[in-house]
Amino acid sequence: MSRPSDHIDVAPPREDPDVVQPKLGPLGWLRWAWRQLTSMRTALFLLLLLAIAAVPGSLFPQRGADPNGVTKYFSDNPQLAPVLDKFQLFDVYTSFWFSAIYLLLFASLIGCIIPRTAHHFRALRARPPKTPVRLTRMSAFQARILPAELRADAPNPIESARQVLRRSRYRVSLYQDARSTSVSAERGYLRETGNLVFHIALLGVLVAVGIGGGFGYTGQKVVVVGQSFVNSLPSYNSFNPGRFFSDGSLEPFSIRVNSLDVAYETKNPNAKGTPLDYTAKVTTTGPGDTSSDSTIKVNEPLAIGGTNVYLLGNGYAPTITVRDPKGKVVFNDSVPFIAEDAQLTSLGWVKVPDGLREQVGMIGFFYPTVGKSATAAGALTSTFPGLNDPVLSLNVYAGDLGVDSGVPQSVYSLNTDKMSQLAGPGTKTKALQLKPGQTVELPSGLGTISMGDVKRYASLDVHHDPAQGWVLLFAILILGGLLTSLFVPRRRIWVKAVENPDGSLTLEYAGLARGEDPNLLAAVTAVADEHTALLTRTPTN
Amino acid sequence: MTETLSQLSTVFIYVAMGFYAAAFIAFALDLARRGARATAEEAAVVPSAVARRAEVAQPVGATAARMSASGGGAEAPPATPPSSALGRLSSRISTRLEDDVMNGAASSASIKWAFGLTIVGWGFHLIATVLRGIAADRVPWANMWEFSMTGTLVIVGVFLVANLKWDIKYLGTFIIGLVLVLQGIALLRYYVPVVPLQPALQSYWLVIHIIVAVLGTAFFALGFALSGLQLLQYRRERQVEESRPQQFKFLATLPSAVALENLAYRINIVGFIAWTFTLIAGAIWAEKAWGRYWGWDTKEVWTFIIWVIYAGYIHARATRGWRGSRSAWLAIIGFAAVLFNFGVVNVFFHGLHAYSGLGS
Repeated sequence: MSRPSDHIDVAPPREDPDVVQPKLGPLGWLRWAWRQLTSMRTALFLLLLLAIAAVPGSLFPQRGADPNGVTKYFSDNPQLAPVLDKFQLFDVYTSFWFSAIYLLLFASLIGCIIPRTAHHFRALRARPPKTPVRLTRMSAFQARILPAELRADAPNPIESARQVLRRSRYRVSLYQDARSTSVSAERGYLRETGNLVFHIALLGVLVAVGIGGGFGYTGQKVVVVGQSFVNSLPSYNSFNPGRFFSDGSLEPFSIRVNSLDVAYETKNPNAKGTPLDYTAKVTTTGPGDTSSDSTIKVNEPLAIGGTNVYLLGNGYAPTITVRDPKGKVVFNDSVPFIAEDAQLTSLGWVKVPDGLREQVGMIGFFYPTVGKSATAAGALTSTFPGLNDPVLSLNVYAGDLGVDSGVPQSVYSLNTDKMSQLAGPGTKTKALQLKPGQTVELPSGLGTISMGDVKRYASLDVHHDPAQGWVLLFAILILGGLLTSLFVPRRRIWVKAVENPDGSLTLEYAGLARGEDPNLLAAVTAVADEHTALLTRTPTN
Repeated sequence: MTETLSQLSTVFIYVAMGFYAAAFIAFALDLARRGARATAEEAAVVPSAVARRAEVAQPVGATAARMSASGGGAEAPPATPPSSALGRLSSRISTRLEDDVMNGAASSASIKWAFGLTIVGWGFHLIATVLRGIAADRVPWANMWEFSMTGTLVIVGVFLVANLKWDIKYLGTFIIGLVLVLQGIALLRYYVPVVPLQPALQSYWLVIHIIVAVLGTAFFALGFALSGLQLLQYRRERQVEESRPQQFKFLATLPSAVALENLAYRINIVGFIAWTFTLIAGAIWAEKAWGRYWGWDTKEVWTFIIWVIYAGYIHARATRGWRGSRSAWLAIIGFAAVLFNFGVVNVFFHGLHAYSGLGS
């Protein structure tokens, strides 16, 4: 059956202590290694190893799934983290040891399915095998006797057995020897087909995932309501290209976020502030000159060509205006603040490099509905994610922002090494507090700062995976292959007619299951019954 | 209204658990009675169940049936049925896993009571779950409390339905015991009031992905109980062979280790198919909700691990030297991983599947 030699359906090798194994040459060793790799036992071992190897990825934060977690782990465990990192425990699923296991597993799989596919193709075209001499040995066996007096009226027993089996969709073949004639029948080739489809589709998933990851990309972009985003490399906040990514695969389109509607639970006392709905209304332009309005929701991404745009986050962007002492505007922008908790207490950074006496940086908290913190005395917190009573509180620094050094800087951080704090905890001046429409003086007579309206922003994920459809197709084939390979019974049935000296005929029915087949005996009995009925039907005359 | 209904739902859960507890006692009594009967049979030098099985396993073809011209019949020995339609049915019954060989046990009074109590308990359990769904105005499986409620409901449901096909009432003690423990933990640790669905959960995939996962879990639970019994039975069979004393007498009234293994396998592969579907459906949903179909989120990792363990189990069944006890251990480890994935990963591991509703 061209299975690995330790498959349960393959006869165990005969042990003969007198046989001296020949010495193996290099080719012999290679063949031996290949046999080991493609054996059932190795496949099983690798499967279990794969399961164990996947565990650490759930114990340690992974760079792919949780990069912030990795950063935090490094700062919490400065001694241990670099050691773990050496063993790639923060990149388990791309690590050399995890890759080695699944690549070996797939090598073993390929080594198994190639000969099996070839064998199956031959079996599909071959006749069912010759009837065994002693059917009584089969696991399911029945015998019936057709008495001599009934034989005269009965149709040809073997021919009618052939019909019975054909009707049950068996492939049949007739055989004859000195004492008997027989039908050999086999069904359920679909079982092996399904099994092969399942395993080949697994391979297909692996390849498609690889191709998709290699040629695809993901990018994140924060878009304040009213602003637009153009799908080009410089406009992304963060961008993860695949290994074979080229700029050409960025489809030329732009998205304008017209509005972001958010609904929060207000009635249920157990769920106050739980988000109920996020809906971004957008206008997309391109590829080409086409322009259309559409919406993006959490479970309803927007598809533009082969690229999907997801709404994965949102927050507030208070509009901040900074003026110099003469009243000249030196900074005016809606600054996205990043949510820190479920009530959208948000953290943000404002940098004013030019126009003031010194460079000014600010770290601020934004509270959409301000309230007293229950945990820290005197501290503020947000008590509801909606904009009921917004307050902005800012710590002010002056000095060198470090933006002139040419080193690219994140807008979501502020390096205060070369700055001195002018306002906020630790200084004499209290942190600046602002409500929409208010203006306050910056410390040291640097100028003034005003807070305008508070806008929302949408955090959009742009994802392109050229092989995603293939992954789905192979996944469906996996499921289909699995169903047929586990539920279609593959069985052989033989019907043999043996002449008796008294002129009667002994009909033997035997079945052999290939793979799990709990209904084999029932199937053999059914064939025998149907055949009996056919042979003994009283002729209508 | 929501509050009242969900409180009512919790009351019904308590009622259901009361019935389950009574059923558990009755199932346990049945096991004890089986043990007593097995001991009595031994004393009376009645051929042991193993011997009886061996007898039945004799090839039926030793004497062939003689056909007669009665419109399609055969003078049959007992195992060969008289007419074709009836014959197929009765032969199917006779090939049912051996349980009916030992039919005496299936009709003891305590097991009838146990099964009846389970059905009544399940009725209350169903009402409780439906009430919770009505209270929340959605499917009742969106947080740990609701998963537990629906999960145990499906486990008992699958157990009841499986009994239509196979007589596996003897698993009652294990299944109802497991359900009582799970639901008890849920009552103590997982209860949360009804809250609305967050946007990421607002999808029809919530209905499909979770219910199939729960179904898979239920089949794995049955398979787990059977594999556990298989190991015990295997041990007992060896003890009988070697004429050593045996501990669990009730095992003598249960099917052989091989029969238990075959049944466990058939049930576990149904679970495996459901699990495969869960993985695929989860990936499709993840693509819609999170922007990628696979991202090695902790829950994804454990779902994958469970899938691989059961894939290993299926391979082990087909590997010489691994069929039998070794593969049974894999099924047990697989179900342990399922419980871990639910009880530990959901609550203690960081990840996107943070839907326990327990707060952080």
